[in-house]
Amino acid sequence: MSKAAVLAPGSLASPANMRRSSARVSRRTIILIAYIVFLMLPIYWMVNMSFKTNEEILAGLTLYPHTPTLHNYITIFTDPSWYSGYINSIYYVTLNTVISLLVALPAAYAFSRYRFIGDKHVFFWLLTNKMAPPAVFLLPFFQLYSEVGLFDTHIAVALAHCLFNVPLAVWILEGFMSGVPREIDEMAYIDGYSFPRFFTTVFMPMIRAGIGVTAFFCFMFSWVELLLARTLTSVNAKPIAATMTRTVSASGMDWGLLAAAGVLTILPGALVIWFVRNYIAKGFALGRV
Amino acid sequence: MTVSLEGVTKKVGADLHLHPLSLALQPGTFNVLLGRTLAGKTTLMRLMAGLDAPSSGRVLENGKDVTGVSVRHRDIAIVYQQFINYPAMTVFDNIASPLRRQGKSSADIDAHVRRTADMLRITPYLARLPAELSGGQQQRCAIARALVKGAGLLLLDEPLVNLDYKLREELRAELRDIFADGKTTVVYATTEPQEALILGGAVTVLHEGRLLQTGPTSDVFQSPVTEECASVFSDPPMNVLEAILTNDRVALSDGTSLPLSAHDRNLPAGPCRVGIRANHLTVLRRSDRLVPITGRVELSEISGSETFIHLRHGSTTLIAREDGVHTHPIGSEIQVYADPDRIFVFSTAGALVAAPLGRRGMLRNIA
Repeated sequence: MSKAAVLAPGSLASPANMRRSSARVSRRTIILIAYIVFLMLPIYWMVNMSFKTNEEILAGLTLYPHTPTLHNYITIFTDPSWYSGYINSIYYVTLNTVISLLVALPAAYAFSRYRFIGDKHVFFWLLTNKMAPPAVFLLPFFQLYSEVGLFDTHIAVALAHCLFNVPLAVWILEGFMSGVPREIDEMAYIDGYSFPRFFTTVFMPMIRAGIGVTAFFCFMFSWVELLLARTLTSVNAKPIAATMTRTVSASGMDWGLLAAAGVLTILPGALVIWFVRNYIAKGFALGRV
Repeated sequence: MTVSLEGVTKKVGADLHLHPLSLALQPGTFNVLLGRTLAGKTTLMRLMAGLDAPSSGRVLENGKDVTGVSVRHRDIAIVYQQFINYPAMTVFDNIASPLRRQGKSSADIDAHVRRTADMLRITPYLARLPAELSGGQQQRCAIARALVKGAGLLLLDEPLVNLDYKLREELRAELRDIFADGKTTVVYATTEPQEALILGGAVTVLHEGRLLQTGPTSDVFQSPVTEECASVFSDPPMNVLEAILTNDRVALSDGTSLPLSAHDRNLPAGPCRVGIRANHLTVLRRSDRLVPITGRVELSEISGSETFIHLRHGSTTLIAREDGVHTHPIGSEIQVYADPDRIFVFSTAGALVAAPLGRRGMLRNIA
C-alpha cells in the first residue's frame, strides 16, 4: 500500500510537484497507518495481555507488558484440560476437511460434467443448506447423536460440520472443475486411462489450487464454528473454543490465560491462509473467476 | 483401418444433428470432411471415435461392429481444435501418456517420444509444461501425442483453426508429409475449401447435417453434384444466376448471353441455373470468347495477392476475382468478364447438369 503511494504519478517531477506529492503521500500514509492501527488494535491487545500477569492486567492500562511472562503459555501447554482442547479441535476439523473433500470431489465432478434430471435444483438446494443457521439443526443432531452413541466423539462434530462444509466444497470445486475443458477428460479416455486413474492422476493435479482453497474454507468454517461443536461434546471431544468460554473459576477470570489461548486459536487459521493466499479471492467467488 | 458408417444418425433432444448417413473410409487414406460451421463435422467425428453413440445406425471398424464400444477400447486418436494437453504434465509426459497406458517399456517410450517430437520439431521443449509453449507448439504437442499412439484411425477436428496464418500454412504442409505413411486412416475436418484442395486425398462435403458428396477431392471440386455442394466447396461462394438454355446460347436472366462450350452443348433447352466461380469472373479480358458483365462495385476486399470485387448486378451480387492488389471506388461501374468455357450448369432444382471440362480434358457431362 505505502509502495503504491510512493510511486504515485508526479512523484518524479519538478520540486514543486514533489512538495505537493510528498504532502499527499504523508496524508495517505497517516490515513493508512490509522486504519491499520484501528484494525490491529484488538489483536495487539490480546497478544499484549497474553504476556502480562493477571495483576498487571487488573492494575490499570499499560501499553506493553511491564513484567513480561510466559507463564500463561506454559500453563496451556502443560495442563491437559487446555491442550487437549486444541488437539480435539484440530482432530475434528481435519477429519471434517477430509470427509468434506472426499464427498465433494465426486459430487462436484458429476455436477460439472453430467446433465441429469433436477441437477440445477439439487445444486442450488445444496447452497441453501449453507444459508440455514446451524442452530436450526442443533436439536435434531443432539437427539440423533445421543441415541446412536455418537455424542461427545470427534466424528460427531466432524459429521455435523459437513452440513455446511460439503455444500460449500461442492460449489467451490464445481467452479474449478468447470474451468477444465471437457475434452481433457475425453483425451484421457482415448489415451486409455480408466476413470479412477484419470481422476486421481490427471484431473486432481489440474485443480489442485481449487482443492487447496476448498480445504482451507472447510478448515476455517469448522474451526470457527462454536455452537454445534460445544453442544455435541462434553469432555472427550471438547473443542478449545468451548474450553475458553467455560473458564470462569471461583477466583474470577484468568485474563492472561484466556488471552494466550486466544492467540493460539487464531494461529492455525493465519497459517493456513498464508498457504492459499494467492487463490483466496477465487475461492470466495466459488471458483468462478 | 477401414471405417464404415451405416445409416448413422444423431439426435440431440428433438433436433436431428445428423441425417441418415453412410460412409466408407478406405485404410490408409487421407479424408477431408468439408463443411461450414454446424455442418455436423464434429458430430460425425465423435461418432467415428466412439465419444458419442449414434441415435441409430452402425459404426464398423475393419468390418467389426463397434457401435457401443467405449472410446477406451477403440484404436483411435484425436486432435481437437482447441489445444488439448494435460497442463500438469511436461511435453514429454504428455506425448508419452498413451504409450504408458499401453504398458510399453520405458526405453521404448523414450525412443518413440523422441522420434515423434523430432518429426514435429518440438524436441527442445520436451521438458517444458504446455502452458510455456506458443500456440503452434502446443498444437504440435497434441498432434505428437495423437501420432505416437499409432492408432488405426486418426481424427483431426479443425486442428489449425486457432493458429495464425503463417503457422497454419507451415503445419499444413508438414501434416501432408507426416500422414503420407499410408498406415493410418486420417480424417481431417475443415471449413476451408482451400485447405481441402491443398490437402488432397478424398473429400466428404457436409451441409447442415447432410452428406452432399464424397469422392476424390479434385473430382468433387470439378464436378460438384449439386449447387449446394458447389457453394460449400468454393471460396468465395459460387455466383449463381437464373438462365435459359437454347440450342446455341445460354441466356442469363439479366440479358447477358454466353456462347455454348464443349461441355454444355447438346443439352436440352429450357430454364436452368448457371454457376460461375469467382476466379472465372475476371477484370482482365484474357480472350475474345469472354463475355462482359457490367456491375456497380459494392465492396472490394484484398486477400493476400488477389482482390475480390463484390458487384451489384441487377438484383444479385456477383463476386469477381482479380490478380494483384487493386482498389475500386465503391459505387463505380466496372466490367467483368465471364468465361463461357468454365461455367457450371445446374437444373432449376440445383442438380448438376454440366461441369466445365477438367484439366485432363475429360468430358464430364452428367446430363
